[in-house]
Amino acid sequence: MINEHCAGRTVTRVVLEIGKLAAVVPDAFRFCFELCAEGTPAAGAQLEIVELPGRGLCRDCGQECDLDSAFERCPCGSFSLRLLSGEQLSLREVEVI
Amino acid sequence: MCVTCGCSDPKLNREQERAARVRLRKPHGAARMLQLERSLLEKNQRLAEQNRTWLAERSVVAFNLMGSPGAGKTALLEAVARFAPELGALVVEGDQATERDAERIRRAGCRAIQINTGTGCHLDAHSVLHALTELAPEPGSRVFLENVGNLVCPALFDLGEGVRIVVLSVTEGDDKPLKYPHMFRACDALVLNKIDLLPHVQFEPAQAFERARALNPQVRTFELSATGGQGVESFCAWLRAFGSESAPRVPQHARAGAPP
Repeated sequence: MINEHCAGRTVTRVVLEIGKLAAVVPDAFRFCFELCAEGTPAAGAQLEIVELPGRGLCRDCGQECDLDSAFERCPCGSFSLRLLSGEQLSLREVEVI
Repeated sequence: MCVTCGCSDPKLNREQERAARVRLRKPHGAARMLQLERSLLEKNQRLAEQNRTWLAERSVVAFNLMGSPGAGKTALLEAVARFAPELGALVVEGDQATERDAERIRRAGCRAIQINTGTGCHLDAHSVLHALTELAPEPGSRVFLENVGNLVCPALFDLGEGVRIVVLSVTEGDDKPLKYPHMFRACDALVLNKIDLLPHVQFEPAQAFERARALNPQVRTFELSATGGQGVESFCAWLRAFGSESAPRVPQHARAGAPP
């Protein structure tokens, strides 16, 4: 994706968004990023990861709440939550020179 | 709340996040920022939607069958072929190597295509697209996509299926839903297999189901023995209920987090 947008330029910073409920471990991503970036415009770029909290909508009380893990319940005690966000895995922006 | 920095305070977290956003937008020196806002899984997602439309146009229902290696996914499909031949089940088999599972399915009397993922640990929408084209399912048929045995990665990859089924066996431990929450949160049905072995293992079905429902209150549960046959009929009855819809069936995992 970075290749697609930044061919011929040097990427100095990559900003990723990872939701707290995405099954993606930021540290593992960091580890792989360096290896994958070799030989691409993003080689040597700094990787910033913004972790986004999960949000859920309670089917019982109708309130929204923050979710930091898959096992959280609504403050009202219910486990019946509809996931609104928190599973993002996206490339937010890149810094190029 | 964390006394050091207040990191568990959600309100504070959001403020920090906003501040981080503003900081990130400021480029250094001659550099400039390109705002991309693209999902890393967008290509898979796009192909999955394409598969979903393709299936709906043919009134074909696709089931994504997931579970650990050895949970009995292939045995369950063999049992479906035996108990419900009228379903006309077609199968896409996913394994890292060999044609063994597809051969088992063919011996059970169903058409099957084998996908070998090599080093890959899950099926993706692209490989399924090709397999579906080759399989050419008849209108109204049901296709089972047997994923690579793994309780982690397959949960992330939408294949375009209408229904997600997780197979858990009693030899694996009733705490699996606690240990692999992503998989159990994203399924429509949980099949507990090998119940004929219950007298020999420490496994509490009620406990396993309760843990799965804590993550996924709507999940349907089944207890059966794919090889012994107990409980297979009620699972087949549930499978028969799918297939009359004309609109694409979107499972709950694909609805969650989807744009409104």
